[in-house]
Parts: sequence; structure tokens; C-alpha cells
Amino acid sequence: MPTITIDNKKVEFENGMTVMQTCELAGTEIPRFCYHEKLSIAGNCRMCLVEMVKGPPKPVASCAMPAGDGMVIKTNSQMVKKARKGVMEFLLINHPLDCPICDQGGECDLQDQALHYGFDKSRYDENKRAVKNKHMGPLVSTIMTRCIHCTRCVRFSTEIAGVDDLGLLGRGENAEITTYLEKTIDSELSGNVIDLCPVGALTSKPYAFKSRPWELSKTETHDVLDGIGSSIRVDTRGKQVLRVLPRINEDTNEEWINDKTRFAIDGLSRQRLDKVYVKENNKLNTSDWNTALDRIKDEITNRGKEKTITLSGKFTDAETVISSKIFSHALGSNLYDCRFDNAQVIHGESESYKFNSSIQEVENADAILLVGSNPRWEASVLNARIRKTYINNNCKIGIIGPDLNLNYPYHKISKSLTGLNDILENNSEFSKILFNAKNPIIIIGTSAINNDQGESVLKICANIAKKLPNFSNSFNPLNILNQDISRVGSLELSFVNQYFDGDLEAKLKEKIKKNKPVVFLLGLDEISPKSLDGSFVVYCGHHGDVNAQYADIILPTPAYTEKSSTYMNIEGRVIQTSRCHNPLGEAKEEWKIFKVLSDLLECDIKFNNLNDVRKKIVEHNKNFLEIMKTSNSSKLSFASKEKLEEQTISYNISNFYMNDSISRSSETMAKCTNEILNKVKYS
Amino acid sequence: MKHPGMTNKVYNIPNDIFEWSEDNFKRVSKIIQKYPTSRQQSAVIPLLDLAQRQNSGWLSKTSIEKVAETLSMSYIRVLEVATFYSMFILEPIGENFVQICRTTPCWLRGSDKLVKVAREISNAKLGETSKDKKFTVVEVECLGACCNAPMVQINDDYYEDLDESTFKKILTDLKNNKSISKGSQIGRQASHHERGKDA
Repeated sequence: MPTITIDNKKVEFENGMTVMQTCELAGTEIPRFCYHEKLSIAGNCRMCLVEMVKGPPKPVASCAMPAGDGMVIKTNSQMVKKARKGVMEFLLINHPLDCPICDQGGECDLQDQALHYGFDKSRYDENKRAVKNKHMGPLVSTIMTRCIHCTRCVRFSTEIAGVDDLGLLGRGENAEITTYLEKTIDSELSGNVIDLCPVGALTSKPYAFKSRPWELSKTETHDVLDGIGSSIRVDTRGKQVLRVLPRINEDTNEEWINDKTRFAIDGLSRQRLDKVYVKENNKLNTSDWNTALDRIKDEITNRGKEKTITLSGKFTDAETVISSKIFSHALGSNLYDCRFDNAQVIHGESESYKFNSSIQEVENADAILLVGSNPRWEASVLNARIRKTYINNNCKIGIIGPDLNLNYPYHKISKSLTGLNDILENNSEFSKILFNAKNPIIIIGTSAINNDQGESVLKICANIAKKLPNFSNSFNPLNILNQDISRVGSLELSFVNQYFDGDLEAKLKEKIKKNKPVVFLLGLDEISPKSLDGSFVVYCGHHGDVNAQYADIILPTPAYTEKSSTYMNIEGRVIQTSRCHNPLGEAKEEWKIFKVLSDLLECDIKFNNLNDVRKKIVEHNKNFLEIMKTSNSSKLSFASKEKLEEQTISYNISNFYMNDSISRSSETMAKCTNEILNKVKYS
Repeated sequence: MKHPGMTNKVYNIPNDIFEWSEDNFKRVSKIIQKYPTSRQQSAVIPLLDLAQRQNSGWLSKTSIEKVAETLSMSYIRVLEVATFYSMFILEPIGENFVQICRTTPCWLRGSDKLVKVAREISNAKLGETSKDKKFTVVEVECLGACCNAPMVQINDDYYEDLDESTFKKILTDLKNNKSISKGSQIGRQASHHERGKDA
């Protein structure tokens, strides 16, 4: 291996690395503004200058300089120190001295580096330049005078987000970052430019002037607003979540999070259910836990214990699932389900609902077949990965389903499910691409399997997957992209009942008409309240959304930032969230509710604390044993050759920004809907 | 200093439509063919120039968007190029775009006087367009004809070895739509000595 000497320390490096990367190997930190690992190299800030011994007589930009065997680099010589001071002085010439009123203050790269590498005073007497602020939409606020033209935001939007919206106009002193005619950035990942901006030029609009970084308590946890379970850091002050930032996790979200994860948090303090409500004379009145639980006990006893139905929602964690399942069994009922969107599964086959190839494997794919899935809205960071694969791997993407606005070109195969028949018979243009590829994968969205042909779709796709060249004992190219964090975990704990196969709402209606039972809704707002007519509805949730107002009793529970819970993301990775602050109002965790109810109903369920509940989870399914690990298998024991009938796919997300009870309560997300989706012009 | 090519603003005329003229449409495909298949966006500079010539010397919002659509580029990428180069004019200008060189050699040989003459005749400030839409006068840095200083560029042509009276005549003739002679105004050939090639 070639070696390089950094400050008298010899390090070995791999060919193709830059001088800056080898410096990092040697443990030397190089200051930088424009360089970013995930973006292309621009080399325009000049902050990373180092001295090359026996090289050119001037310092070299280490981020853009390829490392060579035998190079000798100095990173703290007089020349380097002087160069850094010079660059710093130039950068600060036009930078305003408004740190006291700047949102970036305290976590600003320019501030920190000016302290470490800059002069202690200014020699500049001329006027500073002023730049007009630009409109970039409801999420990104701009103070363009602060911009140092590192172009990270331009490179991010072009390369990662795949929207050519941002650009650098003019040159020299007149250079300005802007969107074309100040249009809104049309990307689900736009919030990431705020993190990328090394100064306070691009800051968060909803978070503007809210807080200083040192006032916040920071909790490392996971996002639950899509199926990915992105690693995030939640910054809170008291009982208020002020912002969400991404953490680096190469397995799931790389370094990005989508705008819903980042900005829907104002929904956490709106429309909250923080008290117990009991319906009397068709009106919901506040009440207390004892009254409500006693009433539930009476209703369950009167209406029939074994008839009780439990349905889980978008954010239902494994603890809730397992405790309600044990509770249902103790009552003698097995009428529970988690498939509110009707996405079909093949019972007993975990391959029929998991993203089997793992998210990271998407990067190695050279052909991707998307069946009834809009990854841009269903899992935005996964879509960024597909785009990366498209760029780096020349990956071909084919779509079965209506046309989409994706940020990469794709082959239109068919709008109807029958497109799968042709692929299975190797009868279409794309099937040849798919079968001749080295590393193809199939991604099935829930929009393709939420109909009566759902099971057949899964089976036919499994058949196609088996014929793919990379299908082996260790690799399974069949992926199902679930939209909700709760789904895979609930299915792993078999929180399903075959009775509800096909059309959950219709079967639910039938059952309710016959039995008039107690129905527990675990934060479920995605089914229409009409199908619950005649039943006694107990809504356990944190937001007063669609179904809460039709409930007979509302039991408040903590939102995802207020409790520690376990989930499985789409690929079956076990993630555990942390409690960032105490629950609002009288909210209690769901497992406690079921414990108390079981005591009242005198049916023993054997757990007393969170640890017991978690033990029960692992007892039910060993896959929950290790945090952050996946447990994928590549057996595909279901397959069929039956032909699919003509059926046009329609995507089941109509609004990315307001797709669950939290984001529907968020003002920021409402603004996004207006400005980005409905194109209402700002004034 | 105001210069219609050194602005980052896009000038839009309501209901303006820019379409390639028939001749230029043929030229567009010829220009694009000069570049390799996957690199045809490199034609952005020649196409912007073509659009500018067709649009009486400046680029409107619609013409920038037309170039972007012709090359399947995003608008912002084309605007980046158009704002970077000062020779792409982004505001409406007069019939004659007069660029007076003011760098040291021309300045020593009296470019200040030429500016005064130009302002008198056009009756407009530097960088602005005269009322009759005949002239837009700007000062520019070296245009590379220093040995024939002072010089100005009017649209595509150089006018060299000027003094107040010759420049005044040129501008007056332009104002009255008379033809004028290009190049050196004292009969100098190329950059030879004033008295001829062998002097």
C-alpha cells in the first residue's frame, strides 16, 4: 500500500484518496467549508490549504489534491498557518458581524474556525457588500449576506436531492446563491441544506429565533414518520421539541432526513390528547383514568370479552403490540390486525413484508423494478439512495404504476398490474434488462398489494425474484416497501388475523354489525369512522385526529418523543427510540393501560414493567433480540404462476407532507402542502 | 458602475414569447451537432449568443428559458452561465451598445473625453439606454487593442485611434442611420506604426 507522511507521521492509504482523507487517517483535522464527504469536490473555499514538501512553492488545497505515494505533507507549518489566516481574512471581509442575532451562532463552522485559525482583529475599512435575501419556500430561511459561496447547497440539491433548483449566479463580488426566480425548492430533502450550510446563510424557518444550541437537551433517537426509522437527534427544551437533526447512519438514512421528519415536530404540540375523555350524550367530556377504565371494563364484560377487536396504527410500537395481543388472548379474542391499508401478506412468511435485500444493498443494484411504489414519498432517503445508484451504477429503473415525478429517469412498463405477467414471461423490454442485470432488485409498494390480487402480486414477484441471477442462499432481491414504522414489527409479532385478509374495513364492518364489540384503536386514524358504527370505540392515541372525535373513550398516550419504544424498520432492523422529554398531560404508555385493564377484568397477563414487556417481545420473536441488527433470510417458499388480471394501480399517498396524525396537526406541513404541492404563491 | 451584462436579475416582458427564427433553428441543430452526444449541453454558450442576437442584443427571461428547453437543461443552470459572462446582456439595450475602453493605455490617450462625448450625444447616464433607444454606453476594461488607443467597441466592431471629433462623427452618423467605417479612424493597418508598415 502507498504511504504518505503527514506531520512526520507515516500512514498507509488506498489509491484514489485525497490528501485531506489521508490527513484524517493520520488523525489530523483539516479545516474546511466547501468540502463534504457525500458531495462532489468543489475546492473553492481554500480553507483546507496544506504545505507539500518538495511540491509547488505555494500551499495546495488538500480536499482536491490526490494523495501520492511518498508525499510529505505539513499541516501546521508557518506557511499553512499564514495561508489559513489569509483565507479566513478574505472570507470574513464580506461576512456580517451579526453573530449575536444569527441562528447559527454557537454551532457555526465559520465562527469556530475564525476563533481557531483566524486573526483577532479586522484590517478591512471598506463597506461590506449586502445581498438581498432570497425566498426558498416555507422551510429554508435565507440571510444571503452571510453566504461564503461554498456551494454545498447547490451541490446537494443537484447531486443528492436531484432537483436542479439552486444555483450560483454572477461571479466575484456579485456572486449570489438563489433558486430560479426565487421559486420554492421542490424536494422532500430540502431541509438538509440547512445542516450543510457552514454559516448562517440558510437556516430553519420554523426554528428561527427560537433557541440557542446550548439551551437544548439533545437526545439521540429514531424517526418514526416513515418506514426507514432514520437516526435522528431530538433537541428539546422542557416539554417542547424544538428541532430534529439527522445522525449519520450508513445503514439507513446516510446523513439525510426528509422534511416531514425534520419539520412536522410542531405537530407534537398541537391537537394533543392530554386528558382522558369519556363520551356522554354524544359529547366528549374530560374525565379521569379510573372512571374511564371502569367504564371500559363494564363495556368489555357486557359486550363480550372474546368479541373485542384491536387495530393498530401508523406509530404502534412493539411494546404496545405485544401487550395488546397478550391482553386480547387473555380475553379470549384473536381479532386484531395491523394492516389498516389492506396491504396483503402471506401468513407465516416474513419475506412477504420485509425489505429483504437491506437498504444498503440498493446501492449495488444495477436494475430496479418498482411495483406500485412512489419511493420519493414513501421513503425519501431511500429514494436518494436509488438516485445515487442510478448515477454511480448506471442503474436502470422500471416502474409498474402510473407516471411519477421521480428525480431520475425510468422505464414506463405498464400502468396496470398485468405488466408483471409480461415480466415473468420475459416478454417486455424491461424484463430483458432485469434478467440480464448482475444485481437486480424488486421493490413492491403497498399500493400494488392493497387489493384482492395482493397475494398473487407477492407470489408472482417472488417467482420473478427466484429467476433473477443474484437470488441465492444469502441474497434475496424481493423487497416490500412498507410506509409505516409499525408494520414490520407488528407483523413479526403476528399481530394479524386471517379473517381481515382482503378488505379490512368491509370485514370489520361485518363483524361490528354482528357483535357490537369494544374496538381498541391504537392511534389508528386511517380507517373511516363509518366502519366503526355500532361498536364501543376506545381510542388510545396522542392526537385528536380523524377517529378520536368518534371515539367513546379517549385514553391519552405519549407520542414517539415521549417514550422509549421498540420498532422494526422496513428491512427488519430493530430500532429503539429514547424518551426525549416527559409525556404531555396525563398520557400513559399503552402497555400500562392494558396491564390495568387486565387487572380490572381479572385476567392475568404476566408483565409488570417495561422489561417484562420487552422479554415477552423477544419470547414471541427472537429477531427482536439485538438492537440495530437485521435478521433476513432468503428463503422464498411462496411463488405462483397464475396470471394477474387487469388492474390499474393508484398510489395510496396523496400528500407527502400530511400523511399521519402528527404531520396533519403541523402548521409547517400545512404551509408546505400549500406552497410546494398546491403551488400557492407566497406574498 | 452599471452594466446591463453584470446583473443577476432576469428581465421579463409580460406575454413575451421567444421562438427560434427559422434560420436560427437550423443553426441550433448545427451547433448542437458539434458536441458529443452526452455532452450537448456544452452548446449553451453558443446558443445563448444566438438567442441574444435574435432578441436585439439582450437575453430576456423567455429566451433564457428557450435555450434551457432546447438543451433539456434546468433554467437555473442556463441562468448561471448567462449571469457569469458580462457579454450576455440581461436588460433591454439600445440599438448600438457602445463599450468604451477605460484601461490605462486608452485612459492615457483620452478615453475620458470619449465618455464625455458619448454621454453628450446619447444624453443618458453610463449603463442606461438613451431615450431614442439608439445608444447604451458603458465603460469596460481592456478590450485588447491598446496600441490603437483610445478605442471603443460598438456592437460587434472595434473603432480605434479615436479622438473627440472622430468619435462624435461616428455617433452622430449612427444616430442618423448613416454608414460608418470600422477599425482605425486614421487609416492605420492592423497594429502597424501610424506612418505605415515599414516606418
